[in-house]
Amino acid sequence: MADTYQADETVDITDVVCPVTFVKAKVALEEMDEGQVLAIRMNDGEPVQNVPRSIKEEGHQVLKLNANDDGTYTLLVRKVGD
Amino acid sequence: MSKVDYATLKKGGFMQQIQKDCFSLRLQTVGGALTAENLKKIAEVAETFGNGTVHLTSRQGVEIPFIQLKDIDNVKAELAKGGCHPGVCGPRVRTVTACQGCKVCPSGNIETYHIAKQLSDRYFGRELPHKFKFGVTGCQNNCLKAEENDVGIKGALTVKWLADKCIHCGVCVKACRTHAVTIADVDGRVSVNNEKCNYCGRCAKSCPTDAWDTQPAYIMSFGGTFGNTVSKGESPLPLVTSEEQLFCVADAAIQFFADHAQPGERFKFTLDRVGREMFYQKLKEAYHG
Repeated sequence: MADTYQADETVDITDVVCPVTFVKAKVALEEMDEGQVLAIRMNDGEPVQNVPRSIKEEGHQVLKLNANDDGTYTLLVRKVGD
Repeated sequence: MSKVDYATLKKGGFMQQIQKDCFSLRLQTVGGALTAENLKKIAEVAETFGNGTVHLTSRQGVEIPFIQLKDIDNVKAELAKGGCHPGVCGPRVRTVTACQGCKVCPSGNIETYHIAKQLSDRYFGRELPHKFKFGVTGCQNNCLKAEENDVGIKGALTVKWLADKCIHCGVCVKACRTHAVTIADVDGRVSVNNEKCNYCGRCAKSCPTDAWDTQPAYIMSFGGTFGNTVSKGESPLPLVTSEEQLFCVADAAIQFFADHAQPGERFKFTLDRVGREMFYQKLKEAYHG
């Protein structure tokens, strides 16, 4: 429950809308090494409903979804594969 | 040629056009699924016997317009070589529509093509007092507009949380659009409020560790119509949980229509006239076997 993950990289997708939200996150993951953790900051609503699932379907490991004080969410993802 | 029997032609999928002796030939399809072989033959027939165009119908069918009356037998024989057969029109079970379902679409909860094919094999072309339509959609996104149909089928997913696989990431809580999923602050237990759950399956599909036991199920609706009158089909039954149960219920619905409808009366109006109580009673009997 109290797992905390240290992010190696951060990407903010609050400035784009679907489907660019996922594309931006995907591009960020592509530039990372296997096993590294990416923090993805996203808006409430459609992004937080859909982006975690898209990341899962892409084969990466979703670790945690945290609610931020400003109403956004941060999804922590471990990169799987090269 | 002897007097043209337009009713028989219409029954066999040949739709009379405003142009004299021209017919738009409706083909038999299920869920809009066609092979490349079908399409090549359709293109060939449209060029040889029609005007080189086809019409994609609102129910995922194909019509080849501008077929001449004199060519009808040749056209049928030629289409058969490409695995294509004329469809139907008039007072009978029409083309069964379907989305691509869980074999193709990530959102799909059920095998829509499989269900649609079975429905079509079982009922397509069956003579009834009026047209009768089935539609199968894979999930709550409802791309195939299940409730527009006389009998609609919508894919559902029942979910049960698996504590030992859960990492308490919180994704499911936000994935749920009906706010049915909650995580307890104290022990991280995940709960689903069955009053709010619409069986869309988004919680399970988004779960990074697949910490949900899921079972596909069906939400059936009855009496929808979207033509001269627009009315949404109603869903009086609980979730249908097996194919066997689905076909028992579908049998009961279509038989009720056959037994009670007046000629030219759509299912909704039969239900309005005779009252839904008797129909729902029949459905419940079928549902419980």
